Amino acid sequence: MKTGIVVFPGTWSDRDCAYALHDVLGEPVRYVGHRERDLGDLDLVILPGGFSYGDYLRCGAIARFTPVMEAVARFAQDGGLVLGICNGFQVLQEARLLPGALLRNASCEFRCEWVSLRVEQTWSAFTQGMRPGQVLSLPISHGEGNFYADPATLELLQANDRIVFRYATPQGQVAPQANPNGSTAGIAGICNARGNVLGLMPHPERACEALLGGSDGLVLFRAAVMALQAAAV
Amino acid sequence: MPLASARDLREVSLTEAEYRRIVELLEREPNDLELGIFGALWSEHCGYKTSKRLLAALPSGGRAVLQGPGENAGAVDIGNGLAAVFKIESHNHPSAIEPYQGAATGVGGILRDVFTMGARPIAILDSLRFGPLGVPHNRYLFQGVVAGIGGYGNCFGCPTVGGEISFDEGYSDNPIVNAMCVGIVPHGRLRRARAEQAGDIVLLVGAATGRDGIHGATFASVEMDSTSAARRPAVQVGNPFLEKLLCEACLQLNELDDVVAIQDLGAAGLTSAASELAHRGGRGVEIDVAVVSRRERGMSAYEVMLSESQERMLVVVRPGGEARARAIFDAFELHADRIGTITPQQRLRVREGRALRADLQLRALIDAVPLRTPAAMAPVRRAVEVALPLDDPEDALLAMLRRPNLRSRRPVYRTYDHQVQNNTVLGPGGDAALLRVAGTSSGLALTTDGNPWYTSLDPYAGTQAAVAEAARNIVCTGARPLAVTNCLNFGNPERPQVFWQLRESVRGLADACRAFGLPVVSGNVSLYNETSGRNIPPTPVIGMIGLLEDLDRRCPSGFQEDGDVICLLGETREELAGSEYARLQGAPLQGLPPRVDLDAERRLQGALLEVIHEGSVRSAHDLAEGGLLVGLAEAALFGRHGVRCPALTGQVSAAALAFGESQGRVLVSAAPRRVPDVQKVMAAAGVPVHALGVVGGDELQVGPAVRVRLDRLREAWECAWDTP
Repeated sequence: MKTGIVVFPGTWSDRDCAYALHDVLGEPVRYVGHRERDLGDLDLVILPGGFSYGDYLRCGAIARFTPVMEAVARFAQDGGLVLGICNGFQVLQEARLLPGALLRNASCEFRCEWVSLRVEQTWSAFTQGMRPGQVLSLPISHGEGNFYADPATLELLQANDRIVFRYATPQGQVAPQANPNGSTAGIAGICNARGNVLGLMPHPERACEALLGGSDGLVLFRAAVMALQAAAV
Repeated sequence: MPLASARDLREVSLTEAEYRRIVELLEREPNDLELGIFGALWSEHCGYKTSKRLLAALPSGGRAVLQGPGENAGAVDIGNGLAAVFKIESHNHPSAIEPYQGAATGVGGILRDVFTMGARPIAILDSLRFGPLGVPHNRYLFQGVVAGIGGYGNCFGCPTVGGEISFDEGYSDNPIVNAMCVGIVPHGRLRRARAEQAGDIVLLVGAATGRDGIHGATFASVEMDSTSAARRPAVQVGNPFLEKLLCEACLQLNELDDVVAIQDLGAAGLTSAASELAHRGGRGVEIDVAVVSRRERGMSAYEVMLSESQERMLVVVRPGGEARARAIFDAFELHADRIGTITPQQRLRVREGRALRADLQLRALIDAVPLRTPAAMAPVRRAVEVALPLDDPEDALLAMLRRPNLRSRRPVYRTYDHQVQNNTVLGPGGDAALLRVAGTSSGLALTTDGNPWYTSLDPYAGTQAAVAEAARNIVCTGARPLAVTNCLNFGNPERPQVFWQLRESVRGLADACRAFGLPVVSGNVSLYNETSGRNIPPTPVIGMIGLLEDLDRRCPSGFQEDGDVICLLGETREELAGSEYARLQGAPLQGLPPRVDLDAERRLQGALLEVIHEGSVRSAHDLAEGGLLVGLAEAALFGRHGVRCPALTGQVSAAALAFGESQGRVLVSAAPRRVPDVQKVMAAAGVPVHALGVVGGDELQVGPAVRVRLDRLREAWECAWDTP
């Protein structure tokens, strides 16, 4: 699986994503600059976490105008796998590749901690091989991760089974006390209609080894590998 | 009578005697700009005029030292051809006036100190002191500082992994905000900020220059009063996004051989950065302020030279290398002005277009700083026995866990990104943070320590205690202490009692570091922490790093397995003076602080490292503020395992046994069959071992008097910050 990791000015989890995919999983990766227009033969494009353009104006609002985002939109249109993590999720929304918005956390504070996610569907490219209801433990690190969508959009997401992860208790109960940021319906991640574009607030790239507290993030990256293999067959 | 009026001198915080010395050195009157430059470089902040003689006593050499004091930051060898670059710095005065920006730019400044040395910043720690949170203004300062640290560090992408917070009346209106940064660089890429070749080009890179922060250095070197809020323009505003770009550009520049020096612009801005850079290399520098990009119209040469606008750095390149350097700036969309050249004469020459605005010998500016040794006076102290009652140990424990000085710091550190960069093995909340050194199997343990109550009672012993505790924290993770950085926060040194505190504290620091064989490789002094005549408690803060060669040998601080035996290492004495329990009881701050026995500390720490590395213990937790019962509760809460102990027994009072703060003590847990190994190693080192009880259950049970479920303990410990 050839992975491109997009680097906007102010991105910082580019190196962590490269660590997870290359150093831990042994997959080839390359960095993609924000001015690049050609994604070449990539299989997966990651929009990593960070503060692209300092989050000035609005998270992701400036990054979406960079040349690379035109290429990412075409790539997604052609069925390429796109994963937006944290700030990358915000960029995907600003670029209209995913619906909804991410508001300021209900606590009005930044939150960095481990959360539990319940897997809500297993048909998208990033949940292949997972079990419905499976609980993943991943860290979050954001000030604006409070998912919001208008009722019609929410209904559409639900009807089309596009809610991929919800915040839950370690036992898998979606409950207010397990919701770290006030997200509507506990939504932590959603995908597009084809299931090849995923945006999520938690950081799977930070959960790749027991030494750092857990390795559930690998489940997600391995799912992408499986999806590509399945597509190639 | 000199040209400068008393008002002019006050403006630049120089005395009349210092002015006369300047005239003597120059053999003429300085003009306004020159006077401002002298004021900045002869300030306490830049010139260390009160502390320089004292600091000379600190040990700064050693096998591991790659760079001692005098550069942007210190550096030590950490194996695998890598160096750890680190320093701690204060931003107290700006934070008192504008807490968010004051703290944010404190973090920004220390990050720049590290990445201008060529190192990638891997961790931030913050040592904070505030007045009691019951006072609304203190709450405003606390919330602003915490938000500022998070706001800057989170955006920049460097994890905030540790630090401390304490509260005392003595910090009302004058908070302490010390930020430490640690970075890593291969030895061969460690960069020093010295310009050694005339003709080299000086580039000013990063933010445009504005009027913010003019006189920041002198502001940090005078006491504050009710008019200080009017100095708000002297507080800089941070831009962590720009800093991130500067950092990445700087690390790429560091790969170019044409780039000969990189220097952060901090206190006293361009004046200090250009002078230091040239002076260290034995050269001079000529600058044209007319080409400096500005944020505002109508700025004078004086304002450009003394602006402390953030996120700027000087880069010195060989004449043939400018294009290559500019290609890197362009890639990061950074602006660079070619503002001058390195000259053979050791002078700072400032031009504005064709006009020469200042022409000063660097030796006069930097080496001739008139040192001061103010009068010192020891206070009258009496050895007072502090005896305190302990009626209900369980109630007292819950009350102690709720104390703002002891309660869980999670509400603070969860607002800091402490994981980015994927190296945080032990994050905030425990004894010391432990970070993997990327690409190796080794780890760096990091901590900051300082106890203002001990140093108030005895600055010499209190500072030694801080060094000993920092080392103990490091050792508890399994790492070996390696080197020290320090931030000396004191009141107005012109007050004899304050200067005495500073002198005693530095003496304690020097003696303790010698005893542990630890070099002090960097540091910072913040004096004049005096507000409306009130001086802060003496506040030396020790930053320490340690090395763990094999991360598999790390040790957690919480209890791990049911059935493990809990042992107390070290001796408990009748020591309640300066303790948190004394404050809970409303006792006045008096008596002598806990005794520091450096020899016993060394033996304890050596033996503890041995049992950790042998795998004989499963957890180790330093006993500090709050004493034994609080330590037991913390280790139970960290590890989510209960404790069953018979009643505590010893030769001291019940209060001292439960909550006394005797130094040199560590709580360990070990599998029953490994206990003899622990006892053997400790006996050989002469360290007392007391088996206290066993790990197990979901309660903390100590004798008949204490029996609390862990969830109740946690509820008390994790109470909200605004709980009184």
